[in-house]
Amino acid sequence: MEPPYKILVVDDEPDLEPLMLQRMRRHIRAGRYTFVFAQNGIEALERLNEDDDIDMVLSDINMPRMDGLTLLEQIPKVDPNIRSVIVSAYGDMKNIRTAMNRGAFDFVTKPLDFSDLQITIDRTLSHMTEWREALSSRDKLVALQNELNVASQIQQSILPTQFPQGDNYAVFGNMEPARNVGGDFFDVLFLEDGLIGLAIADVSDKGVPAALFMMSSRTLLKGSAIGMGDPGSVLGEVNELLHEDNDTGMFVTILYAVYNPFSGEFAFANGGHNSPLIVHPDGSSSMLPLTGGIALGVAPGLPYGQKSIDLAPGDLMFLYTDGVTEAMNAEGEEFGVERMQEVFAANPPQDPQEANEAIFKAVAEFAGDTPQSDDITCLALSRSEK
Amino acid sequence: MGVTTERQDNTLIAKTEGRIDGANAREFQDALDAAIDSSERAVVLDLEEVSYISSAGLRVILLTAKSLQKQDAKFAVCSLSESIREIFEISGFDQIIAVHDSRDEAIDALKN
Repeated sequence: MEPPYKILVVDDEPDLEPLMLQRMRRHIRAGRYTFVFAQNGIEALERLNEDDDIDMVLSDINMPRMDGLTLLEQIPKVDPNIRSVIVSAYGDMKNIRTAMNRGAFDFVTKPLDFSDLQITIDRTLSHMTEWREALSSRDKLVALQNELNVASQIQQSILPTQFPQGDNYAVFGNMEPARNVGGDFFDVLFLEDGLIGLAIADVSDKGVPAALFMMSSRTLLKGSAIGMGDPGSVLGEVNELLHEDNDTGMFVTILYAVYNPFSGEFAFANGGHNSPLIVHPDGSSSMLPLTGGIALGVAPGLPYGQKSIDLAPGDLMFLYTDGVTEAMNAEGEEFGVERMQEVFAANPPQDPQEANEAIFKAVAEFAGDTPQSDDITCLALSRSEK
Repeated sequence: MGVTTERQDNTLIAKTEGRIDGANAREFQDALDAAIDSSERAVVLDLEEVSYISSAGLRVILLTAKSLQKQDAKFAVCSLSESIREIFEISGFDQIIAVHDSRDEAIDALKN
Protein backbone atom coordinates (compact mmCIF):
# COMPACT_ATOMS: atom_id res chain seq x y z
CA MET A 1 0.00 0.00 0.00
CA GLU A 2 1.44 3.31 -1.11
CA PRO A 3 0.60 6.97 -0.41
CA PRO A 4 -1.39 9.05 -1.05
CA TYR A 5 -3.74 7.55 1.49
CA LYS A 6 -7.37 8.40 0.99
CA ILE A 7 -9.16 9.67 4.07
CA LEU A 8 -12.93 10.11 4.29
CA VAL A 9 -13.91 12.92 6.66
CA VAL A 10 -17.51 12.74 7.93
CA ASP A 11 -18.93 15.86 9.64
CA ASP A 12 -22.12 17.92 9.33
CA GLU A 13 -20.15 21.12 9.98
CA PRO A 14 -19.69 22.71 6.48
CA ASP A 15 -16.69 24.76 7.67
CA LEU A 16 -14.60 21.68 8.35
CA GLU A 17 -13.86 20.88 4.71
CA PRO A 18 -12.02 24.15 3.82
CA LEU A 19 -10.33 24.15 7.24
CA MET A 20 -9.04 20.59 6.85
CA LEU A 21 -7.79 21.23 3.29
CA GLN A 22 -6.07 24.38 4.46
CA ARG A 23 -4.39 22.91 7.55
CA MET A 24 -3.33 19.73 5.80
CA ARG A 25 -2.28 21.45 2.56
CA ARG A 26 1.42 20.62 2.93
CA HIS A 27 0.72 16.92 3.35
CA ILE A 28 -1.74 17.00 0.46
CA ARG A 29 0.78 18.75 -1.76
CA ALA A 30 3.50 16.29 -0.69
CA GLY A 31 1.27 13.49 -1.93
CA ARG A 32 0.77 11.87 1.48
CA TYR A 33 -3.01 12.24 1.84
CA THR A 34 -6.06 12.95 -0.22
CA PHE A 35 -9.37 13.85 1.43
CA VAL A 36 -12.96 13.18 0.52
CA PHE A 37 -15.89 14.52 2.54
CA ALA A 38 -19.37 13.48 3.61
CA GLN A 39 -21.99 15.30 5.71
CA ASN A 40 -23.44 12.33 7.59
CA GLY A 41 -23.32 8.58 8.00
CA ILE A 42 -25.57 7.80 5.05
CA GLU A 43 -23.49 9.89 2.67
CA ALA A 44 -20.34 8.34 4.10
CA LEU A 45 -21.58 4.82 3.36
CA GLU A 46 -22.52 5.85 -0.19
CA ARG A 47 -19.04 7.24 -0.63
CA LEU A 48 -17.42 4.08 0.77
CA ASN A 49 -19.43 1.94 -1.62
CA GLU A 50 -18.40 4.09 -4.59
CA ASP A 51 -14.71 4.48 -3.73
CA ASP A 52 -13.05 1.19 -2.92
CA ASP A 53 -9.71 2.87 -2.28
CA ILE A 54 -10.60 4.70 0.94
CA ASP A 55 -8.08 3.75 3.61
CA MET A 56 -9.36 5.53 6.66
CA VAL A 57 -12.47 7.25 8.04
CA LEU A 58 -12.42 10.26 10.38
CA SER A 59 -15.95 10.78 11.70
CA ASP A 60 -17.86 13.06 14.01
CA ILE A 61 -20.35 11.44 16.38
CA ASN A 62 -23.41 13.71 16.36
CA MET A 63 -24.80 14.09 12.86
CA PRO A 64 -28.28 14.07 11.26
CA ARG A 65 -29.64 11.00 9.37
CA MET A 66 -26.97 8.60 10.61
CA ASP A 67 -24.66 9.33 13.51
CA GLY A 68 -20.98 8.33 13.79
CA LEU A 69 -21.58 5.43 16.17
CA THR A 70 -24.03 3.79 13.78
CA LEU A 71 -21.66 4.44 10.90
CA LEU A 72 -18.89 2.63 12.82
CA GLU A 73 -21.00 -0.52 12.89
CA GLN A 74 -21.63 -0.32 9.14
CA ILE A 75 -18.06 0.31 7.92
CA PRO A 76 -16.72 -3.28 8.40
CA LYS A 77 -19.59 -4.56 6.24
CA VAL A 78 -18.23 -2.47 3.36
CA ASP A 79 -14.56 -3.22 4.04
CA PRO A 80 -13.27 -4.79 7.26
CA ASN A 81 -9.78 -3.42 6.63
CA ILE A 82 -10.72 0.27 6.82
CA ARG A 83 -9.63 1.94 10.05
CA SER A 84 -11.79 4.60 11.75
CA VAL A 85 -10.95 7.48 14.04
CA ILE A 86 -13.77 9.20 15.95
CA VAL A 87 -14.01 12.92 16.72
CA SER A 88 -15.80 13.47 20.03
CA ALA A 89 -16.52 16.28 22.42
CA TYR A 90 -13.84 16.74 25.04
CA GLY A 91 -14.44 14.43 28.02
CA ASP A 92 -17.32 12.55 26.40
CA MET A 93 -16.05 9.22 27.72
CA LYS A 94 -19.36 7.45 27.27
CA ASN A 95 -19.43 7.93 23.49
CA ILE A 96 -15.69 7.33 23.22
CA ARG A 97 -16.11 3.99 25.02
CA THR A 98 -18.97 3.03 22.73
CA ALA A 99 -16.94 4.01 19.66
CA MET A 100 -13.94 1.96 20.78
CA ASN A 101 -16.19 -1.02 21.50
CA ARG A 102 -17.58 -0.73 18.00
CA GLY A 103 -14.13 -1.00 16.49
CA ALA A 104 -12.84 2.58 16.26
CA PHE A 105 -9.05 2.51 16.15
CA ASP A 106 -8.56 5.82 17.99
CA PHE A 107 -10.26 9.12 18.82
CA VAL A 108 -9.48 12.83 18.80
CA THR A 109 -11.38 15.55 20.65
CA LYS A 110 -12.94 18.86 19.67
CA PRO A 111 -11.80 21.51 19.15
CA LEU A 112 -9.46 19.80 16.69
CA ASP A 113 -5.75 20.14 17.37
CA PHE A 114 -4.42 19.62 13.84
CA SER A 115 -0.91 18.57 14.79
CA ASP A 116 -2.35 15.93 17.13
CA LEU A 117 -4.79 14.91 14.41
CA GLN A 118 -1.93 14.45 11.98
CA ILE A 119 -0.04 12.20 14.42
CA THR A 120 -3.21 10.17 14.97
CA ILE A 121 -3.77 9.83 11.22
CA ASP A 122 -0.18 8.67 10.64
CA ARG A 123 -0.36 6.17 13.47
CA THR A 124 -3.64 4.80 12.15
CA LEU A 125 -2.33 4.51 8.60
CA SER A 126 0.89 2.84 9.70
CA HIS A 127 -1.08 0.33 11.75
CA MET A 128 -3.29 -0.34 8.77
CA THR A 129 -0.33 -0.81 6.43
CA GLU A 130 1.17 -3.40 8.75
CA TRP A 131 -2.18 -5.07 9.10
CA ARG A 132 -2.58 -5.33 5.34
CA GLU A 133 0.95 -6.69 4.96
CA ALA A 134 0.22 -9.30 7.59
CA LEU A 135 -2.96 -10.25 5.75
CA SER A 136 -1.06 -10.55 2.49
CA SER A 137 1.65 -12.71 4.10
CA ARG A 138 -1.04 -14.90 5.56
CA ASP A 139 -2.64 -15.28 2.14
CA LYS A 140 0.71 -16.19 0.64
CA LEU A 141 1.32 -18.71 3.41
CA VAL A 142 -2.09 -20.24 2.85
CA ALA A 143 -1.37 -20.45 -0.88
CA LEU A 144 1.98 -22.10 -0.17
CA GLN A 145 0.34 -24.49 2.25
CA ASN A 146 -2.19 -25.41 -0.44
CA GLU A 147 0.61 -26.07 -2.90
CA LEU A 148 2.38 -28.25 -0.37
CA ASN A 149 -0.82 -30.18 0.18
CA VAL A 150 -1.15 -30.73 -3.55
CA ALA A 151 2.51 -31.81 -3.74
CA SER A 152 1.89 -34.22 -0.91
CA GLN A 153 -1.13 -35.68 -2.68
CA ILE A 154 0.85 -36.08 -5.90
CA GLN A 155 3.60 -37.77 -3.99
CA GLN A 156 1.27 -40.08 -2.12
CA SER A 157 -0.55 -40.90 -5.33
CA ILE A 158 2.53 -42.37 -6.97
CA LEU A 159 3.02 -44.84 -4.14
CA PRO A 160 1.39 -48.19 -4.74
CA THR A 161 -1.87 -48.65 -2.88
CA GLN A 162 -3.05 -51.90 -4.44
CA PHE A 163 -0.84 -54.84 -3.66
CA PRO A 164 -0.72 -58.03 -5.63
CA GLN A 165 -1.56 -61.19 -3.74
CA GLY A 166 -0.15 -63.99 -5.84
CA ASP A 167 -0.70 -67.68 -5.24
CA ASN A 168 2.68 -67.97 -3.64
CA TYR A 169 3.46 -64.52 -2.25
CA ALA A 170 1.95 -61.38 -0.73
CA VAL A 171 3.18 -57.76 -0.58
CA PHE A 172 2.15 -54.73 1.46
CA GLY A 173 3.70 -51.27 1.89
CA ASN A 174 2.87 -48.02 3.60
CA MET A 175 4.44 -44.57 4.05
CA GLU A 176 3.65 -42.08 6.79
CA PRO A 177 5.21 -38.69 5.90
CA ALA A 178 6.59 -36.53 8.70
CA ARG A 179 5.96 -33.21 7.00
CA ASN A 180 3.64 -32.52 4.13
CA VAL A 181 6.03 -33.73 1.51
CA GLY A 182 8.51 -36.38 2.41
CA GLY A 183 11.59 -38.00 1.03
CA ASP A 184 10.71 -41.67 1.42
CA PHE A 185 9.21 -43.87 -1.23
CA PHE A 186 8.68 -47.48 -2.09
CA ASP A 187 7.65 -49.30 -5.22
CA VAL A 188 6.47 -52.71 -6.34
CA LEU A 189 7.24 -53.57 -9.97
CA PHE A 190 6.14 -56.40 -12.20
CA LEU A 191 9.09 -57.56 -14.24
CA GLU A 192 9.52 -60.08 -17.02
CA ASP A 193 8.99 -63.78 -16.34
CA GLY A 194 6.76 -63.12 -13.32
CA LEU A 195 9.57 -61.63 -11.24
CA ILE A 196 8.75 -58.89 -8.75
CA GLY A 197 10.87 -55.79 -8.16
CA LEU A 198 10.75 -54.27 -4.69
CA ALA A 199 12.28 -50.91 -3.85
CA ILE A 200 12.41 -48.84 -0.69
CA ALA A 201 14.24 -45.54 -0.52
CA ASP A 202 14.96 -42.52 1.62
CA VAL A 203 16.07 -39.18 0.15
CA SER A 204 18.36 -37.01 2.27
CA ASP A 205 16.36 -34.32 4.04
CA LYS A 206 12.66 -33.58 3.66
CA GLY A 207 10.41 -30.93 2.23
CA VAL A 208 9.97 -29.83 -1.37
CA PRO A 209 13.57 -30.30 -2.66
CA ALA A 210 13.66 -33.80 -1.24
CA ALA A 211 10.29 -34.57 -2.79
CA LEU A 212 11.49 -33.46 -6.23
CA PHE A 213 14.63 -35.56 -5.89
CA MET A 214 12.50 -38.44 -4.71
CA MET A 215 10.28 -38.16 -7.78
CA SER A 216 13.21 -38.33 -10.18
CA SER A 217 14.85 -41.17 -8.21
CA ARG A 218 11.69 -43.16 -8.34
CA THR A 219 11.22 -42.63 -12.08
CA LEU A 220 14.85 -43.49 -12.88
CA LEU A 221 14.69 -46.58 -10.71
CA LYS A 222 11.54 -47.79 -12.38
CA GLY A 223 13.03 -47.23 -15.81
CA SER A 224 16.25 -49.03 -14.99
CA ALA A 225 14.49 -51.85 -13.18
CA ILE A 226 12.24 -52.62 -16.12
CA GLY A 227 15.08 -52.39 -18.61
CA MET A 228 17.75 -54.32 -16.74
CA GLY A 229 17.92 -57.54 -14.82
CA ASP A 230 19.94 -57.69 -11.69
CA PRO A 231 19.62 -55.34 -8.72
CA GLY A 232 23.30 -54.35 -8.62
CA SER A 233 23.34 -53.05 -12.20
CA VAL A 234 20.04 -51.25 -11.66
CA LEU A 235 21.47 -49.29 -8.71
CA GLY A 236 24.68 -48.63 -10.63
CA GLU A 237 22.77 -47.12 -13.52
CA VAL A 238 20.45 -45.07 -11.32
CA ASN A 239 23.49 -43.75 -9.46
CA GLU A 240 25.09 -42.53 -12.69
CA LEU A 241 21.86 -40.86 -13.81
CA LEU A 242 21.25 -39.23 -10.46
CA HIS A 243 24.77 -37.96 -10.22
CA GLU A 244 24.56 -36.04 -13.49
CA ASP A 245 23.81 -32.38 -12.80
CA ASN A 246 23.43 -32.98 -9.09
CA ASP A 247 25.07 -30.01 -7.38
CA THR A 248 22.68 -30.04 -4.48
CA GLY A 249 24.46 -32.74 -2.50
CA MET A 250 21.16 -34.61 -2.34
CA PHE A 251 21.40 -38.34 -2.22
CA VAL A 252 19.06 -41.27 -1.82
CA THR A 253 19.52 -44.57 -0.05
CA ILE A 254 17.80 -47.39 -1.92
CA LEU A 255 17.37 -51.04 -1.31
CA TYR A 256 16.31 -52.73 -4.52
CA ALA A 257 15.45 -56.41 -4.72
CA VAL A 258 14.18 -58.79 -7.34
CA TYR A 259 12.05 -61.61 -5.95
CA ASN A 260 11.38 -64.82 -7.78
CA PRO A 261 8.03 -66.07 -6.47
CA PHE A 262 8.57 -69.49 -8.01
CA SER A 263 11.90 -70.30 -6.41
CA GLY A 264 11.79 -67.96 -3.40
CA GLU A 265 15.07 -66.36 -4.39
CA PHE A 266 15.41 -62.80 -3.12
CA ALA A 267 18.29 -61.00 -4.86
CA PHE A 268 19.09 -57.58 -3.44
CA ALA A 269 21.46 -54.66 -3.76
CA ASN A 270 21.80 -52.10 -1.02
CA GLY A 271 22.76 -48.52 -1.81
CA GLY A 272 23.40 -47.17 1.66
CA HIS A 273 20.02 -48.22 3.03
CA ASN A 274 19.05 -49.94 6.26
CA SER A 275 19.33 -53.70 6.02
CA PRO A 276 16.00 -55.49 5.73
CA LEU A 277 14.96 -58.11 8.27
CA ILE A 278 14.07 -61.63 7.30
CA VAL A 279 11.36 -62.85 9.67
CA HIS A 280 10.72 -66.57 10.07
CA PRO A 281 7.37 -68.17 10.90
CA ASP A 282 8.35 -68.58 14.56
CA GLY A 283 8.94 -64.81 14.84
CA SER A 284 12.72 -65.05 14.94
CA SER A 285 14.46 -62.63 12.59
CA SER A 286 17.84 -61.54 11.34
CA MET A 287 19.26 -58.69 9.29
CA LEU A 288 20.38 -59.21 5.72
CA PRO A 289 24.05 -58.53 5.11
CA LEU A 290 25.09 -55.23 3.50
CA THR A 291 26.22 -55.40 -0.11
CA GLY A 292 28.81 -52.62 0.04
CA GLY A 293 26.87 -50.02 -1.93
CA ILE A 294 26.94 -46.31 -1.18
CA ALA A 295 23.95 -43.99 -1.12
CA LEU A 296 23.02 -43.03 -4.70
CA GLY A 297 23.85 -39.62 -6.17
CA VAL A 298 26.95 -39.17 -3.99
CA ALA A 299 29.71 -40.06 -6.43
CA PRO A 300 29.85 -41.45 -9.98
CA GLY A 301 31.35 -44.72 -11.13
CA LEU A 302 30.65 -46.64 -7.95
CA PRO A 303 30.15 -50.40 -8.01
CA TYR A 304 26.95 -51.80 -6.51
CA GLY A 305 27.26 -55.39 -5.42
CA GLN A 306 24.35 -57.72 -4.82
CA LYS A 307 23.62 -60.80 -2.75
CA SER A 308 20.79 -63.23 -2.66
CA ILE A 309 18.95 -65.27 -0.08
CA ASP A 310 16.29 -67.92 -0.44
CA LEU A 311 12.99 -67.39 1.34
CA ALA A 312 11.54 -70.56 2.82
CA PRO A 313 7.75 -70.93 2.79
CA GLY A 314 6.35 -68.73 5.56
CA ASP A 315 9.37 -66.41 5.61
CA LEU A 316 8.73 -62.69 5.42
CA MET A 317 11.09 -59.99 4.20
CA PHE A 318 10.66 -56.69 6.00
CA LEU A 319 12.04 -53.51 4.38
CA TYR A 320 11.92 -50.20 6.26
CA THR A 321 13.45 -46.72 6.39
CA ASP A 322 15.31 -45.12 9.27
CA GLY A 323 12.09 -43.33 10.24
CA VAL A 324 11.30 -46.62 12.02
CA THR A 325 14.60 -47.32 13.72
CA GLU A 326 15.36 -43.69 14.57
CA ALA A 327 11.89 -42.81 15.90
CA MET A 328 12.46 -41.30 19.32
CA ASN A 329 10.58 -41.43 22.57
CA ALA A 330 10.34 -38.70 25.22
CA GLU A 331 13.59 -39.93 26.79
CA GLY A 332 15.46 -39.46 23.51
CA GLU A 333 15.92 -43.19 22.94
CA GLU A 334 15.69 -44.61 19.44
CA PHE A 335 13.24 -47.36 18.52
CA GLY A 336 16.05 -49.39 16.99
CA VAL A 337 16.23 -52.70 15.20
CA GLU A 338 15.99 -54.78 18.37
CA ARG A 339 12.55 -53.42 19.30
CA MET A 340 11.42 -54.24 15.79
CA GLN A 341 12.67 -57.79 16.26
CA GLU A 342 10.91 -58.00 19.63
CA VAL A 343 7.60 -56.99 18.02
CA PHE A 344 7.92 -59.84 15.50
CA ALA A 345 9.09 -62.32 18.15
CA ALA A 346 6.13 -61.54 20.42
CA ASN A 347 3.57 -61.93 17.61
CA PRO A 348 4.90 -63.61 14.49
CA PRO A 349 3.14 -61.76 11.63
CA GLN A 350 0.80 -63.86 9.50
CA ASP A 351 1.14 -61.66 6.42
CA PRO A 352 2.87 -58.47 5.17
CA GLN A 353 0.00 -56.19 6.12
CA GLU A 354 -0.04 -57.48 9.66
CA ALA A 355 3.75 -57.01 9.90
CA ASN A 356 3.44 -53.39 8.73
CA GLU A 357 0.59 -52.55 11.05
CA ALA A 358 2.38 -54.09 14.03
CA ILE A 359 5.48 -51.96 13.44
CA PHE A 360 3.57 -48.73 12.82
CA LYS A 361 1.60 -49.35 16.01
CA ALA A 362 4.68 -50.18 18.06
CA VAL A 363 6.51 -47.07 16.81
CA ALA A 364 3.51 -44.85 17.60
CA GLU A 365 3.25 -46.28 21.12
CA PHE A 366 6.99 -45.94 21.66
CA ALA A 367 7.13 -42.33 20.43
CA GLY A 368 4.08 -41.25 22.43
CA ASP A 369 3.73 -37.47 22.16
CA THR A 370 7.19 -36.97 20.65
CA PRO A 371 6.60 -35.45 17.20
CA GLN A 372 7.51 -37.60 14.20
CA SER A 373 10.68 -36.14 12.74
CA ASP A 374 11.17 -38.39 9.73
CA ASP A 375 9.04 -40.24 7.21
CA ILE A 376 8.22 -43.77 8.25
CA THR A 377 8.02 -46.36 5.50
CA CYS A 378 7.64 -50.13 5.63
CA LEU A 379 7.38 -52.62 2.80
CA ALA A 380 6.99 -56.33 3.39
CA LEU A 381 6.87 -59.41 1.20
CA SER A 382 6.10 -62.94 2.27
CA ARG A 383 6.43 -66.34 0.66
CA SER A 384 3.23 -68.24 1.18
CA GLU A 385 3.27 -71.39 3.24
CA LYS A 386 2.58 -74.03 0.66
CA MET B 1 23.86 -25.13 15.66
CA GLY B 2 27.22 -23.52 16.26
CA VAL B 3 30.56 -24.59 14.86
CA THR B 4 33.72 -23.84 16.81
CA THR B 5 37.12 -23.97 15.19
CA GLU B 6 40.72 -24.23 16.20
CA ARG B 7 43.92 -24.69 14.30
CA GLN B 8 46.55 -27.32 14.78
CA ASP B 9 49.60 -27.17 12.55
CA ASN B 10 48.05 -26.30 9.20
CA THR B 11 44.81 -28.12 9.80
CA LEU B 12 41.52 -26.43 10.63
CA ILE B 13 39.50 -28.41 13.16
CA ALA B 14 35.78 -27.71 13.14
CA LYS B 15 33.61 -29.01 15.92
CA THR B 16 29.90 -29.03 16.60
CA GLU B 17 27.63 -30.70 19.12
CA GLY B 18 24.18 -32.14 19.69
CA ARG B 19 21.79 -33.39 17.04
CA ILE B 20 22.20 -32.57 13.37
CA ASP B 21 18.87 -33.15 11.68
CA GLY B 22 16.50 -31.63 9.15
CA ALA B 23 15.57 -28.87 11.57
CA ASN B 24 19.06 -27.42 11.92
CA ALA B 25 21.01 -28.83 8.96
CA ARG B 26 20.74 -25.53 7.10
CA GLU B 27 22.11 -23.66 10.09
CA PHE B 28 24.92 -26.21 10.39
CA GLN B 29 25.76 -25.74 6.74
CA ASP B 30 25.90 -21.95 7.05
CA ALA B 31 28.08 -22.18 10.16
CA LEU B 32 30.42 -24.64 8.49
CA ASP B 33 30.65 -22.57 5.31
CA ALA B 34 31.46 -19.49 7.36
CA ALA B 35 34.13 -21.36 9.33
CA ILE B 36 35.94 -22.81 6.32
CA ASP B 37 37.90 -20.36 4.24
CA SER B 38 38.62 -21.00 0.57
CA SER B 39 42.35 -20.97 1.38
CA GLU B 40 42.13 -23.97 3.75
CA ARG B 41 44.25 -26.94 2.75
CA ALA B 42 43.13 -29.46 5.37
CA VAL B 43 39.95 -29.64 7.42
CA VAL B 44 38.93 -32.11 10.13
CA LEU B 45 35.34 -32.23 11.32
CA ASP B 46 35.25 -33.47 14.91
CA LEU B 47 31.96 -35.26 15.63
CA GLU B 48 32.78 -36.38 19.17
CA GLU B 49 30.00 -34.31 20.77
CA VAL B 50 27.42 -35.05 18.07
CA SER B 51 24.72 -37.38 19.37
CA TYR B 52 22.72 -37.91 16.20
CA ILE B 53 23.00 -37.15 12.52
CA SER B 54 20.18 -37.51 10.01
CA SER B 55 20.52 -37.80 6.26
CA ALA B 56 20.08 -34.03 6.06
CA GLY B 57 23.20 -33.70 8.21
CA LEU B 58 25.08 -36.22 6.08
CA ARG B 59 24.22 -34.13 3.06
CA VAL B 60 25.89 -31.09 4.62
CA ILE B 61 29.02 -33.15 5.27
CA LEU B 62 28.92 -34.39 1.68
CA LEU B 63 28.62 -30.84 0.32
CA THR B 64 31.52 -29.76 2.50
CA ALA B 65 33.64 -32.68 1.28
CA LYS B 66 32.80 -31.84 -2.33
CA SER B 67 33.60 -28.16 -2.04
CA LEU B 68 36.90 -28.91 -0.25
CA GLN B 69 37.76 -31.36 -3.00
CA LYS B 70 37.23 -28.55 -5.52
CA GLN B 71 39.71 -26.33 -3.69
CA ASP B 72 42.19 -29.23 -3.50
CA ALA B 73 41.88 -29.45 0.24
CA LYS B 74 41.90 -32.62 2.32
CA PHE B 75 38.96 -33.51 4.51
CA ALA B 76 38.29 -36.05 7.24
CA VAL B 77 35.85 -36.65 10.06
CA CYS B 78 36.90 -37.98 13.44
CA SER B 79 35.76 -39.25 16.84
CA LEU B 80 32.42 -40.73 15.76
CA SER B 81 30.23 -42.31 18.40
CA GLU B 82 29.19 -45.89 17.75
CA SER B 83 25.74 -44.94 16.46
CA ILE B 84 27.12 -42.29 14.12
CA ARG B 85 29.80 -44.64 12.85
CA GLU B 86 26.98 -47.08 12.08
CA ILE B 87 25.14 -44.41 10.08
CA PHE B 88 28.34 -43.75 8.11
CA GLU B 89 28.77 -47.46 7.45
CA ILE B 90 25.19 -48.19 6.40
CA SER B 91 25.04 -45.19 4.05
CA GLY B 92 28.47 -46.07 2.65
CA PHE B 93 29.77 -42.59 3.50
CA ASP B 94 32.76 -44.16 5.23
CA GLN B 95 33.89 -45.31 1.79
CA ILE B 96 34.08 -41.83 0.34
CA ILE B 97 34.92 -39.70 3.38
CA ALA B 98 37.94 -40.48 5.54
CA VAL B 99 36.87 -41.52 9.04
CA HIS B 100 39.37 -41.53 11.91
CA ASP B 101 39.09 -42.64 15.51
CA SER B 102 40.68 -39.57 17.02
CA ARG B 103 41.51 -36.01 16.20
CA ASP B 104 45.26 -36.65 16.33
CA GLU B 105 44.97 -39.60 13.99
CA ALA B 106 42.97 -37.46 11.53
CA ILE B 107 45.49 -34.61 11.65
CA ASP B 108 48.37 -37.05 11.09
CA ALA B 109 46.59 -38.64 8.16
CA LEU B 110 45.92 -35.28 6.49
CA LYS B 111 49.59 -34.29 6.78
CA ASN B 112 50.60 -36.97 4.33
